[in-house]
Amino acid sequence: MEAPVHASPVTLYVNGTARELVVDNRTTVLDALREQLDLTGAKKGCDHGQCGACTVLVDGLRMNSCLLFAVARDGARITTVEGLADGPELHPLQEAFLERDAYQCGYCTPGQLCSAVGVLEEMAAGRPSAVTAPEHPSGQAVPAGDTEIRERMSGNLCRCGCYVNIVRAVDDAAGAQAGAGHGGSEGGAW
Amino acid sequence: MRTFRYERASGDEAAVAAMAASPGARYLGGGTNLVDLMKLGVESPDVLVDVSRLPHTSVEHTGPGGLLIGAALSNSDLAADHTVRTRYPVLSQALLAGASGQLRNAATVGGNLLQRTRCPYFQDPGKPCNKRQPGTGCPAREGVHRNLAVLGASEHCVATHPSDMAVALAALDAGVHVLSGAATRTIPVTELLRLPGDEPERDSVLRHGDLITHVELSAVPEAAHSLYRKVRDRASYSFALVSVAAALETEGGVVRRVRLALGGVAHRPWRARTAEERLLGEPATAEAFAHAVDAELAPAEPLRDNAFKVPLVRNVAVSALSDLAARQSDGTARLPEAR
Ligand SMILES: Cc1cc2nc3c(=O)[nH]c(=O)nc-3n(C[C@H](O)[C@H](O)[C@H](O)COP(=O)(O)OP(=O)(O)OC[C@H]3O[C@@H](n4cnc5c(N)ncnc54)[C@H](O)[C@@H]3O)c2cc1C
Ligand code: SF4
Ligand code: FES
Ligand code: FES
Repeated sequence: MEAPVHASPVTLYVNGTARELVVDNRTTVLDALREQLDLTGAKKGCDHGQCGACTVLVDGLRMNSCLLFAVARDGARITTVEGLADGPELHPLQEAFLERDAYQCGYCTPGQLCSAVGVLEEMAAGRPSAVTAPEHPSGQAVPAGDTEIRERMSGNLCRCGCYVNIVRAVDDAAGAQAGAGHGGSEGGAW
Repeated sequence: MRTFRYERASGDEAAVAAMAASPGARYLGGGTNLVDLMKLGVESPDVLVDVSRLPHTSVEHTGPGGLLIGAALSNSDLAADHTVRTRYPVLSQALLAGASGQLRNAATVGGNLLQRTRCPYFQDPGKPCNKRQPGTGCPAREGVHRNLAVLGASEHCVATHPSDMAVALAALDAGVHVLSGAATRTIPVTELLRLPGDEPERDSVLRHGDLITHVELSAVPEAAHSLYRKVRDRASYSFALVSVAAALETEGGVVRRVRLALGGVAHRPWRARTAEERLLGEPATAEAFAHAVDAELAPAEPLRDNAFKVPLVRNVAVSALSDLAARQSDGTARLPEAR
């Protein structure tokens, strides 16, 4: 594909499918998903990294897609909220959000869900957070619980203030994951 | 946003050459600061040289017990590194206290060091600002400056450096490896970032095209007893009002080694050498800590709305040092177990 100097051909592996695009270099991953690929799950809340509504998984890691230029992520594996369910089977976090009524308007929910998928992976892999005890052994699963979940989910704001139920939902899913032995969710960068 | 050409650097030399060819070019790390500033119109590069995929993503052990940290390593990977958590806990804690999980996954070590101030006038191209546009004035001095500097500012700029990681690195005397032209040099992190003086547009001593490749830590035995403490307007996902990076080693209740750096108070992390010198050989008590930190803060020149930072950072420093002293006297040095 021939592209002008301010545009670039990129391939993004979105929810398991290779998508070839030509993007203006200014296009963020968020805009590429929403405007070019019709994946409007990831939301544009602030467009400045301050709200988390645009959170997706990039090569298994949660990131704010509004701050990533698509051209710089050429070749990346991207999972959006549309890619969490397995056919008609919802992701355990989606089930937990329904069960716990963890949203009101739903605007922040796709970002909350993708972020939570990353959080569960990070805790299972023993990655510390600011509230993890410094003496916690590296690489050993970090137990969930309100304090850990609140801290780890703090990059996702909810203007409806559904935090209490979001924490419950993520904790339920973390408990189910721990009970089932680690595994299950998307991502898996570690 | 202005259009730009994108180049992915194939190596360090290629990166430096690409920058040399374009005076308006910028390096792109994780982009979490630069992309934001481009959207705001504060930065408008005509070329982006992407250095995020350069192979500087490891934490290597160096001969004399130190570490060599790649500049393209993510903030989360550095924070989770076992050696960093055990030997330099202050660094892991500072990283984890910054930004959010999502941002730390994207942000790189090099980009974190060179992130720009969060001064609201700097971020608004509709306003005057000496840092963004030299000679236009500094409205923050009379305007909104609650989170700006109390130490080392100049009449031209009262901005603060927002990085948490850099405060820990300043306490640890980290060295920053920089490739300029064909030469590599190591700049102490305490000298990399500068005070504003009459050139507030320069955050650091680096010149156009200088590439940060690594951050080096030497063996710092007392860093095993170190911590980072940050105070902010909300409990998480917020920049520091003030912060403290501290390391302390005591023997029989007397200070043997101490390192102290203050964040959120100046245009660069503030290494508190006056306080450190005063404390050597003194009893490790809250009173001695308070006297030493007061001496450090004596030159503070707060503005109308940020005078609270002086007692705040003093109290946080005293409590941090007191906690480190207590852990050593009761033998509860808190370290992760070896794997
Ligand atoms: C909402 C929000 C909250 C935040 N909260 C905090 C916080 O609490 N504490 C904190 O410390 N930080 C915080 N940050 C800032 C964040 O830590 C930085 O944006 C990040 O560390 C920058 O790293 P990056 O790799 O994304 O840099 P980039 O945005 O890619 O680059 C930043 C600068 O560094 C230059 N650069 C990048 N790499 C190199 C290199 N190798 N050599 C030379 N120059 C280079 C770039 O040209 C650019 O000028 C926050 C950011 C946001 C958006
Ligand atoms: S404090 Fe510095 S960055 Fe802020 S307005 Fe003044 S000159 Fe600009
Ligand atoms: S839209 Fe990306 S963080 Fe708000
Ligand atoms: S449910 Fe409305 S913003 Fe979170």
